[in-house]
Parts: sequence; structure tokens; C-alpha cells
Amino acid sequence: MKEFIEGSLAVAEAVRLCSPGVISAYPITPQTHIVEELASMVADNKLNAQFVNVESEHSAASVVLGSEATGTRSYTATSSQGLFYMMEVVFNIAGMRLPIVMTCANRAISAPINIWNDQQDSISLRDSGWVQLFAEDIQEAVDLHFIAYKLAEDKSIMLPVMVCMDGFILTHGIETVDMPSQEQVDKYLPKYNTIYKLDVTNPMSMGLLAGPDYYMETRYAIEETHKDILKLLPKLTADFAKIFGRTYNGLVEEYQVKDAEKVIVALGSVCGTVKEVIDELRSKGKKVGLLKITSYRPFPAEAIYEALKNVPKVAVLDRAVSLGSFAPVSSEVKAVFTNKKKKPQVISNFVVGLGGRDITKESIKEIFKLLSTKELTNEFIDLKPELLKESYEQ
Amino acid sequence: MFGPLTSKPGTSKNNKTGSWRVSAKPKFLQKNCIGCRMCAIVCPEGCVSGAGKKYDVDLLFCKGCGNCALVCPKKDIEMTKEEQS
Amino acid sequence: MSNNLFNAGHTACAGCGQSMAARLVIEASGQNTMVVNNTGCLEVFSTAYPQTAWGVPWIHSLFENAAAVASGVEAGLIYLGKKEGTNIIAQGGDGSTADIGLQALSGMLERGHDILYVCYDNEAYMNTGVQRSGLTPFDTNTTTSPVGARSTGNVRPKKPMPEIANAHGIAYVATASAGFPQDLQRKVKKAMSLKGPKYIQVHVPCPLGWRHESAQTVNVAKLAVETGLYPLIEYENGKLIAVRQIHPKPVEEYLKAQGRFKHLANNPEEIKKIQEVADHNIEKYGLKIKAETEEIKK
Repeated sequence: MKEFIEGSLAVAEAVRLCSPGVISAYPITPQTHIVEELASMVADNKLNAQFVNVESEHSAASVVLGSEATGTRSYTATSSQGLFYMMEVVFNIAGMRLPIVMTCANRAISAPINIWNDQQDSISLRDSGWVQLFAEDIQEAVDLHFIAYKLAEDKSIMLPVMVCMDGFILTHGIETVDMPSQEQVDKYLPKYNTIYKLDVTNPMSMGLLAGPDYYMETRYAIEETHKDILKLLPKLTADFAKIFGRTYNGLVEEYQVKDAEKVIVALGSVCGTVKEVIDELRSKGKKVGLLKITSYRPFPAEAIYEALKNVPKVAVLDRAVSLGSFAPVSSEVKAVFTNKKKKPQVISNFVVGLGGRDITKESIKEIFKLLSTKELTNEFIDLKPELLKESYEQ
Repeated sequence: MFGPLTSKPGTSKNNKTGSWRVSAKPKFLQKNCIGCRMCAIVCPEGCVSGAGKKYDVDLLFCKGCGNCALVCPKKDIEMTKEEQS
Repeated sequence: MSNNLFNAGHTACAGCGQSMAARLVIEASGQNTMVVNNTGCLEVFSTAYPQTAWGVPWIHSLFENAAAVASGVEAGLIYLGKKEGTNIIAQGGDGSTADIGLQALSGMLERGHDILYVCYDNEAYMNTGVQRSGLTPFDTNTTTSPVGARSTGNVRPKKPMPEIANAHGIAYVATASAGFPQDLQRKVKKAMSLKGPKYIQVHVPCPLGWRHESAQTVNVAKLAVETGLYPLIEYENGKLIAVRQIHPKPVEEYLKAQGRFKHLANNPEEIKKIQEVADHNIEKYGLKIKAETEEIKK
């Protein structure tokens, strides 16, 4: 059913349709509306779940770890500082192979404190073993939650999934969304079932100490599972299309890439802006395109290679940094083409939209302009030169 | 897939900690026992067991700490020298 | 061996007070118990993969979050309709309870979860090598509060954890000791008969960290109680309902039984300060057995 709805509320409804048994979260802008709406649904008997108000994000993640360990589908949401505060629990959850789904409302990292959107938070947890899916718009944010639970709880996967949506832009934006029905979701997403759980009728110990003789294999196993996810995700999105009528690739989306001379690679809501600019430039005869990355983890190297191997010039947009070195997404895109015969002549990377700085159509056009034969590295876009003039007072 | 690291009950019994003993091991005399069960209660390994007035230790696991001998109100447990093997 | 809820074969030191207490706690709670453990000696020596000493469902996550994980376990069981008749224990050492885990514990107590929290108090971060914690007593020699030319050990008193737990207005708070094992089990059973959050703090000597013979564990624990340094008390719904009364022994007897206090042997001034701590406890909780009644409890 089509609704004109705020992103957070749409995501809350999506989570409600997944019937989680335990929800626990700690308030942090801009995730708050999601969790408030879920609390309201529980209070109104619209959602039968245990809602646990905790005293920190570290405990929020710990609560859902505990509830998931009893075999109960669980959910949490956070942003920025909250994600960092629960970081050790996040790694713990992946290591224990608990299929929790979390919404990350992407927000910049302190210091300085900034509540607006960039992707530093979730990208900084890319080593954790979690699957990380990035939404372009509210519809995709909604749909990714169903796909997330189905993927996470697959018996061959059993890994947690982080659905990333740009803070304020998608959480507080209002768009038309086709909200599925409970019947559709129930058809797509079966009940959660696992043998690895706390059960007095079948006791087991979980979370044991693993010495040097055992630790490496657990890490290797998760790495192998990520390879399986690259194969499974497109199958799950194909099943999704059959039931819900919307098609996603799951890994990447190619927008007018086939004959493009210049392609932008990006994650998240900026892709919407890029698509509009592409339409404009294409109407003027410019051969430009967009490669949107949906699944950042596992990183779809093969799909990226196939899409870009014949594209002469590629611009990778990073809404995060790795201070002191190459920005994260672009360094991984570049790594795809190491030792490959077919590759773009130029892969430039641009750092955009940190701390909520607007990425306008002008910014994107500027990037296409800067994308020339000279390869640029860590090119910060839309900086204010007058601020850079200030120097350290002696 | 190497599943999440879990373990079933009883697996610790594969580790025979009796090999830890270096100097002493308990000898249950079973002469003056009053069946108070303090030896079984305090054993850190939980390897002292019995019924009525007859209790004994599972030497496969006993680490020789000596708490059982010290708590016995009737001094019915003696710490004897452990043979060096 | 008849016991199967906490099995032998674990790698605790010989004479470990914590392994004594952990077994007694789970046996008192019974088969229908789920245990959530913080990182620490107990977790490490009982669950080194592929072995586990536990015969009940057991989970370990991190150093400081047993109380929060247990809150989640409870929520999951309630959702599944399986909470009724299932006990939940969240447990950890003094460091993981009173220091790094205080926030999670406070949250669990404040939210009113039906969980028993057990703190095994061996008065330092033992698993990492005897470092000082918030529950390390005054003048104790630890590696981070060492005795030296200008120090007689830890300069601070024990954090009053039982009172902090009690201030949350929970159903039951008690202290216990490895020196009084049946009393410990009685308190665990009592706690499990009540609904809501419960807190039990067990004094557990550590032969290695406290520097005493492995055979002396029970004796040393008893002395702590009998000097008044470790009062055995029970609060129910905020009120002090019972204490274990003693014929107070001088603290010196307790101190000289342990190497961690040997620097006090010729220091009457410091011993006096510790005696004052004991005297204060005796006064505050009414620990001294009155001459008229002469009730000597074993």
C-alpha cells in the first residue's frame, strides 16, 4: 500500500512486519524516531515484542545479543557515537554468529560533535564481519530490512546485518513508499529457527575462550561465509522481486554504465542526486553513469570489476575518511583492478559531504568536470577556503 | 561452515586435572566420618562424593589442595605424600 | 561423581575459592538455570574451547556486560513463553561487577529483571594478575597498589557494592562467603524464590592473589567474617533483615594468614586502621553476639 511517510516511521513499520521478539535501543539522533515508533507500536499492542530500555548502546547491543542467543529474532538501531560505544559488542555478535539486524542511521563522528549525515560510523566497522547494506532511498531502506533478516538467519550464513541509511536525509525525509502487507512479508521471511541457542532441554556453552589453536579458523569461516553471501544475495533479491514486485540486484546497481565514459561510484542517498545529474547530462549528450554499491560488506569486487572494466574514467565518492591514508571505499575499488589487464585509465577519489555538508547537483557536476586524465587522490569537494585560512594561535 | 564456538556439557571431564598434584593427595580414612558432607561441599573440583558415612575422592581430578582435610571436623582425611611418577 | 551442573576438569588453581562458590551457586539454583558470565577467572578456567565445565546453558560475551546480556536472555525467554520456572544468573568477579560492569548492573537492577546477580569478590583483578579493583580493601598489596617506600598498599576502602545494589530498591541483597558454604546455598535458594533482581556478593579467597596455602581457603574466608571485615548480611526490599553474628576476632589473625598483608606485620598503626574498619562494621550491622544470649552459631 502506498504511503507518504517519514523514513524512520517506514523503517519502524518494516521492522514491525518482521515480528522481532526483542527490541532494545538507546536514544541517539537521528535514529530516535525509529525506536520511538516501535515503542509506540508495542504500547498499542500492534507489535508483540519485549521492548527493553537500556542505559547505554553497549547494553542495547548486549541485550539483543542475549535475546538472540535464546533463539529470539531481535533488533536494535543506532548511529555514530552509539555505534562506536557498542563496537566491541558488534564484533562480539558477528564472532558469535548471531543473526541480529541493526539499522544504522549514518551520522558523523565526534570530535567535533556533529549530528548530521556522513558514513564514517558504519564504514569504520567494516572489519567486524557484519553484512553492511546501504539504502539509496526510503523504499530501499524499508525493503533491505526484510532482505536483511532473511539473509542473516539463513542457516548457511548466520551473520548479523547492518542496514545503513543516511541520517536525516533518509530518516527524516518524507517519500512515497509502497509498504508491503504482513502476508507478503510472512511469505518471504520464515520464522527464526536455530539449534545454537540457550535451552535448558539442550544445554550448551556459548562464547568460549579460543586459544591460538582455534581462533583463526573462526575468522576464516566468516570470510568464507561472506563469499557465500555474494552468491546468495542476488538469489534473495530475485525471490524478493517475485513477492514484492520490486527488483534489486543486492550487490550493485548499474545506472547508465554500459556506454559511459565517466562513472561515479557511490553509496547511499547521494546516488539519487547523482542519477538526476546523469539524466540532465545525458540529455546534453554527455556519456555519464553511476555504479551504486548496495552491499559494502561483503564487498562485491567481481560485480564492480565487470561493471567498470571498460569505463575510461571512474570517480569514487567517499563519505568517510581514513585520515592519513586513502579514503576507504575508493581504496577498495582501486584494489579491484590490481593486476587486471582491463581497468579504467583513471580512478579518482573524492571526499564529499562530511558532517552533513550538502552534496548538490552542482557538486556532482563539479566532480564530473574534475574527473579528467589527471588522477586525483583524496580530493575534498566543496571546502570553504576562508575556514582553512585560520591558523593555530601562538 | 565452522559454526559458532559452542561446547556440550561434560567436555571438561576430558581434562584429567589429577595430574596437577605434586606434593600431596587426600586419603579418606572412613573411620570416624559423621557424614557431615563438608568435604564434598568445599571441594573446588567437586570431585569428592559418597553417601552415608563413606566418602572418597576421584583422584583423576583431585588437585591436592587440601581443603577437605582441613574442614573435616573428625580429622578423618589425611593429606599423604604424593608419589612422584 | 554425582554433580553435573559444574564439572571437574576445569583449570582453576588448586584451592580456588571462586570455583568452590561457583559450583555451590549453580547446584543451589538447579538444572533449570541459564548462566551469563563476565570475562574473568571463572569464565576462563571453566570454558577453554573445546571444553566446558558447565552442565547448564551458559553464555559469555564480554568483560562488563553479563547483566545486560542476561537482561536480553530474560526478555527472549519471556517472549518465547519459557521464563516461568527458569532461573537466570548473571555473574562475574569484583572488577567486572563494581568497576567496568557497574553501569550494566545498575541498569539491570533499575529495570527490575528477574535475575540473580552473583559477584565473586576476590578483591582484585585476579585473572590479569592481581591488580587493584574498586573492591580491593584498604592497605592491600596488589600489583597496581603495591607496597613501597611511600606506600602501604591500596589507599581506598572497599566500594560498598551491597549497599549500592540495595539502593536500587531490589528484592534481595546478601553477602556470603566461601567459608560458610551452606549459608551461601541457602541465600541462593532464597534469592531464587523471590521475583525481581537479586544481588549476592560472595567473598572468595584466592590462594594465588592473597598468598595463602591452597588448603587454607575455607579458613581464611571464615576469618574474614569472624573479624567483622566481611559482614554476612541480608537485605530484603531495602531493609536489613539478618546478619551473621560473631565473637569478633582481632583483625591481625586474618591479616597474618595472607601474604598480601605481610607488610603490615610490624605496622601497628596501619593494623589499627583496619581494626577500625572491622569495628565500624560490627557496630553498624550489630554483628557482636551479646553476652546474655550466648547463641553460638556454627
